[in-house]
Amino acid sequence: MDELSTPEHDVEASGPADVQDTGEVLVDVRGLVKHYGPIRAVDGLDFTVRRGDVLGFMGPNGAGKTTAMRILTGFLEPDAGSVVMAGHDIATESLAARQKVGYLPENAPAYGEMTVSGFLEFVAEARGVVDVPSAIARVVASTGLQRVQHQTIDTLSKGFKRRVGLAQALIHDPEVLILDEPTDGLDPNQKAMVQDLIAKLSGDKCIILSTHILDEVERVCNRAMIINQGRILVDSTPAELVTRAPEHNVVRLTLAEDRPELPKALEERPWCDRVEVSKDGDGVSLAIHPKDGGNHLSEILELAADATLLSVEQREGRLDDVFRAVTQGVSQ
Amino acid sequence: MSQSGRFTGLKAVFKREFKGYFASPLGYIFIVIFLVASGWLTVSRDFGRFLELRQASLDPFFAHVPWLFVVLVPAVAMRLWAEERKSGTVELLFTLPVTLEASFLGKFLAGWCFLGFSLVLTWPLVWQVARLGSPDWGVLFAGYLACVLLAAAYLAVGMFFSAITKNQVVAFILGTAASVAFLLVGLPQTLETVGRYLGGYAEQVLLSLSLSDHFETLTRGLMELGSITFFIVFTGTWLVCGMLALDRVKAS
Repeated sequence: MDELSTPEHDVEASGPADVQDTGEVLVDVRGLVKHYGPIRAVDGLDFTVRRGDVLGFMGPNGAGKTTAMRILTGFLEPDAGSVVMAGHDIATESLAARQKVGYLPENAPAYGEMTVSGFLEFVAEARGVVDVPSAIARVVASTGLQRVQHQTIDTLSKGFKRRVGLAQALIHDPEVLILDEPTDGLDPNQKAMVQDLIAKLSGDKCIILSTHILDEVERVCNRAMIINQGRILVDSTPAELVTRAPEHNVVRLTLAEDRPELPKALEERPWCDRVEVSKDGDGVSLAIHPKDGGNHLSEILELAADATLLSVEQREGRLDDVFRAVTQGVSQ
Repeated sequence: MSQSGRFTGLKAVFKREFKGYFASPLGYIFIVIFLVASGWLTVSRDFGRFLELRQASLDPFFAHVPWLFVVLVPAVAMRLWAEERKSGTVELLFTLPVTLEASFLGKFLAGWCFLGFSLVLTWPLVWQVARLGSPDWGVLFAGYLACVLLAAAYLAVGMFFSAITKNQVVAFILGTAASVAFLLVGLPQTLETVGRYLGGYAEQVLLSLSLSDHFETLTRGLMELGSITFFIVFTGTWLVCGMLALDRVKAS
């Protein structure tokens, strides 16, 4: 793990400091390694996830997300390392560990010739659910599948198929939920519905979801992990990650007239990195970049008090920019 | 969990698979082709000797079953794993608390029961024989037992090839070729050629591995333990090889 402890790889094995670590540890991953031939797909993953956590697993294509999830769910055996799911080691107590996990694989595979309720019945029976009809009724209601319950899966839209995948993952009310791109290919309404469902479920479970949609991480996750080339690059909260965006707390002022002394005055401030001046149709724009990503809006407004301001905008920054900066930095 | 151990999940897999044969056209197509072909080959003047023999026996039927099954059973087996691997449901299946043994045997038993059900549907032939004369029920029973055991053997071979490829057509071709090979090694011409070049010992080894030889032994009404054991060991070996192969390639 030495390479993960370098300054640019801001990682703590037990999770970020600002995520409350009061919940019971449900997923404990230690030194996970997996090779595909000469390629090291997973390279020493080391983290824990607690009850109540919703962990967003992010990374470019081929980063090792799906491989890691397949190891976590017992589908693949790691070359090294261990995974403990709700107290059961996935290698030595595989069935017990799998029983604790609900898994939505990538592309939500399902037996197309079966009806939705027939498929859910099969999964419930395979998982040893005692009251199968009640379990089916519960997940059908929570995933909004009532209308298509008796349809064969092959005839469903992509959105409904994804919901069927979610329903099977929830059928035994698992403690750990692992979702591989749960909203991929869904329309905005369906995405919102799935995200709301994940948010609702998060209280007494631990959820790990992989996604390319960074808004989704901001919306439903309380923890965000960026991996690339099988390694954890960042393990933090979405809110903290946003503060690392190059545009975080950049203030953009639009002045009615040119005030050459103002950029100069701003640049003399110790916290100011640079001021970009541009002229547009309405007036003159100043983009004030702080060195530390700190919030200096009030000071900026004080300095510009005698100027005529047409607009003031303070940028929060975007997770996309952080993602790009972190993953491209490593790739290069 | 209501089940535990090596065969956890077998019942659920069996139930899903068996119902699956009747949820798609495949099962019905198989049954129709098998019944029409076996019935026609048995009673037709050119191929069968059913009427000419003027005996209350189903020898012509049993003579054609190995050649019908050698094409039809690999067609049943080809999708069992190849389809799971191609569609990605194999990932779903093996992240359920279901063991590899349970899922493999669940599929095998479902397929075997389906083939057994198809054989049960040939009851009109038995009824006709019983109506026309006094059949030897022991020979009839042994003949059907041979068919059931042969179906298991072909199915296990087909499942092995279905496990090692995602392509159902490839699985079908390889499964059929291997089954035909184990059928042909018992033919007199094959044995004669092998005996001439490799000696009598090789001929004996080939004969002992011949599906057709053991099948014919049973259909003659000889309930030889050796032949029954051969089918059980043959089927078990292919099933174990299939499981080992699947375990290696399931995620590729």
